[in-house]
Amino acid sequence: MDKMILLKDDLSKFITELLKKNKVFAPIQSDDTILFDQITRPSEMNLDFCKSEIPPKNLLFHQTETLFKFTPGTKAKIESVDVDEKKVIFGIRPCDAKSIAILDHAFKGDYEDPYFLSRRDNTALVGLSCNKPEINCFCTSFDDSPASSKYVDILLTDIGDKYYVEMNNEKGKQLTEGMSNLFKHAKESDAKKKKEVEKKAVDMISRHQKTNGIVEKLDKIFENPFWKEVAFKCVGCGTCTYLCPTCHCFDIQDESTLTKGARVRVWDTCMNPEYTLQASGYNPRPARTNRVKNRIYHKYNYYPKNFDVIACVGCGRCIDLCPVNIDIIDVVTRAGEVKA
Amino acid sequence: MKENPYQPWLATIEDVREEVGGKRPIKTFKLKFQDKNVQNNFTFLPGQCAMVSLLGMGECFFAISSSPTKKGYIEVSVMKLGKVTTALHESETGDVVGVRGPYGNYFDVEGWKGKNLVFIGGGIGQAPLRSLINYIVDNRKNYGKLDVIYGARSSKDLSYKQEFDELEKRKDVNVHLSIDVEEDGWKKFVGFVPDNLLKVKPSPNNSIAITCGPPIMIKFVIQNLEKLGYTEDQIFTTLEMRMKCGIGKCGRCNIGNLYVCKDGPVFSYKQLKNIYGER
Ligand SMILES: Cc1cc2nc3c(=O)[nH]c(=O)nc-3n(C[C@H](O)[C@H](O)[C@H](O)COP(=O)(O)OP(=O)(O)OC[C@H]3O[C@@H](n4cnc5c(N)ncnc54)[C@H](O)[C@@H]3O)c2cc1C
Ligand code: SF4
Ligand code: SF4
Ligand code: FES
Repeated sequence: MDKMILLKDDLSKFITELLKKNKVFAPIQSDDTILFDQITRPSEMNLDFCKSEIPPKNLLFHQTETLFKFTPGTKAKIESVDVDEKKVIFGIRPCDAKSIAILDHAFKGDYEDPYFLSRRDNTALVGLSCNKPEINCFCTSFDDSPASSKYVDILLTDIGDKYYVEMNNEKGKQLTEGMSNLFKHAKESDAKKKKEVEKKAVDMISRHQKTNGIVEKLDKIFENPFWKEVAFKCVGCGTCTYLCPTCHCFDIQDESTLTKGARVRVWDTCMNPEYTLQASGYNPRPARTNRVKNRIYHKYNYYPKNFDVIACVGCGRCIDLCPVNIDIIDVVTRAGEVKA
Repeated sequence: MKENPYQPWLATIEDVREEVGGKRPIKTFKLKFQDKNVQNNFTFLPGQCAMVSLLGMGECFFAISSSPTKKGYIEVSVMKLGKVTTALHESETGDVVGVRGPYGNYFDVEGWKGKNLVFIGGGIGQAPLRSLINYIVDNRKNYGKLDVIYGARSSKDLSYKQEFDELEKRKDVNVHLSIDVEEDGWKKFVGFVPDNLLKVKPSPNNSIAITCGPPIMIKFVIQNLEKLGYTEDQIFTTLEMRMKCGIGKCGRCNIGNLYVCKDGPVFSYKQLKNIYGER
C-alpha cells in the first residue's frame, strides 16, 4: 500500500481535517495519567509518551456499557441501544492495536458481540510507532515490532522532522480522502529512515520472554507447585487484568427502579474470588493460586488453543503496575523451565 | 446494529408448579414466548439451556427441563438459592421474564439410537434428565431398554412426582426411585443414589449412562458405573460453572480452554479425563 510523508507542521491540519468528519480519540494527559479520550482540537493531544497507562481498548469495549433498556413488570418492554458511530483512534501504539485484533477473536465466533464489533467496524485506527520503548516492553517476544503496521489502518512513524505514513488498507485511504495536499509520496530515503528508527526502537527493548513451546509446556505443569510460589505475593487487586489490553471478562448486572431499568455490563476480573463463586457457595477457584494461574493460562494456553494466538502483546502494563511486582515475563519464562 | 445475542425475548409465565418445598425449594415454570414466531423458531435438544431473566433482577442459566417434543412452550425448573432464583420463586402466572437461548451442546439423542439408556439423577440435576427422558419416551421405539434411577433425601424432596407416577405405569420404562433415610410407607430403595445404581445393576452391553446431580453424587455414580463395566465413553454428565453471558464471551465459565456455556454443559467422562482446569 501507499507510503507517504506528512510534515510535522502539518499534523495539526491532519487532525483538524479528521475532526471535520469523525469523533477523534487521542492520547491526552489527565493529571499524572496518559489515556485516550475524545479531543476537539489537536492541541489537546499529548504524543510524548511510550504507552498510555490505560489502554485504548475501553473505546471499543466500554468499562461500563448499557446492553439495552427495559421496563420491568407485567407490561415489560425492551428497548435496544444504538452504538454505531464513526470514530478515529489516533496515536494508538502497534501493541495496543494488536490487542484489538486479539479481542476480535473473543467477540466474534459462534455468537457475535454487536457492541464491540459495531464499534470496531466504525472505528479507524491511526497508529503511531513507538520510538521509546520502556523497561518492561517486550512486544518483540511475539515477533512484533514497536513500528509494526500490521494491525492499524494507517501508521505514522516519527522520523525526525516528518512522519512516515503507511496507508495500510482501504479504510485508511478513505479516511484521508480529500487530504492529498497534506501527504506527499515517500522517497526511498524516507523508507530507509523508518527502518533505522524502527531498529533503534527494537534495540531499546531489553527484556525478552521465552514463549517457545509454552502452550504444550503449560499443558504439563497445571498441578505443579510452581504456581503456588508465583501466586504467593498476589493481593488480588485485579490491576493486571483491568489494565491489560487483551482482557475481555465482564459481568452483567441489572440497574433498575420499579418503572425503568437497564441491563449493563462492566469489566470484571478473574482475579476476584466472587468471579467463579456459585450460588450454592461452592467455588471452583477459591485460592489466589487458582486465579493467578487462570490469568496466565488464559493468555498463554487457552487463547492459543482456541484462536491460535497468544493473548499478550507485551505491553508490560501488568508488570509496571502490579503492587507486588508479579512479572509476567519472568513467570512465563520460568514456567518454560519448570521440570514437568 | 448487528443481531444482538444479549437481548432476550419476552416470555410470559403460563404456569408455576411447586416440585419440592422446604429449605431449598424447586419450582417448575412454564414459559411461553410473547412473539409467536420466536416461539416457533425456538428449537432445542435435551441438555440445552436457556438464560432466563427477571428484568431488574438479573439473569440465570437453567437447563430446559421440558422436552422438545412438547411444543408451544418451554419449562425450566428452578432451585431457590440466591438473588434471581429467589425473585423467580416469588413470581406468579402472568408475570413476564426474558429468555435467550438455546445455549450449549446437547445429549447425543441421534447417536444413541438403538442403545439401552440408564439415567441417574439427583437433586436439581434431574432437570436436564427430565427433558431427555421425556424426549426418549416420546420416541420410544428408537431406543433399547430404559432405566431411570433417581433419588432425593426424603420422599418430599422428589421432583416431577406426577410424571414419575405415569412413567412407573409404563411397561417399557424401569423406574428406580430412592430416598436417603427410612420413612413410613416407603417401599422402594432406601440409601444413596450410587448404591441404588449398584443394586439395579444395569448391564453395560450396548448401553449409555447419563448422570446429573450434585458433584459428590456424580463422583460415586461414575465409580460405580466403572465397577459395573461401563467404559469412559459410555458415561455422560453435565458440568456447572458460574455464568453471565452464556455465549462464550464473558470468560467466566471456563474449564481449561472450554467454556461450559457454549462447549458444554454435556461432556463424556472420556472428555473430562482429558481436560484439566478447576471445576
Ligand atoms: C449448565 C447449567 C445448568 C443449570 N441448570 C439449572 C437448573 O436447571 N435449575 C436450577 O435451579 N439451577 C440451574 N443451574 C444453576 C443456576 O444457574 C444458579 O443456581 C443460578 O444462576 C443462581 O442465581 P441466583 O441469582 O439465585 O444466585 P446468586 O448467588 O445471587 O448469583 C448471582 C448471579 O451469578 C450467576 N450464578 C451464580 N451461581 C451460578 C451457577 N451455579 N451457575 C451459573 N450461574 C450462576 C448468575 O448469573 C446469577 O444471577 C445451572 C447452572 C449451569 C451452569
Ligand atoms: S498480560 Fe501484561 S504485558 Fe501482556 S498484554 Fe496484558 S498487560 Fe500487557
Ligand atoms: S496486579 Fe499483581 S497483585 Fe494485583 S491481582 Fe494482578 S498479579 Fe495480583
Ligand atoms: S457464561 Fe460467559 S463465557 Fe460462559
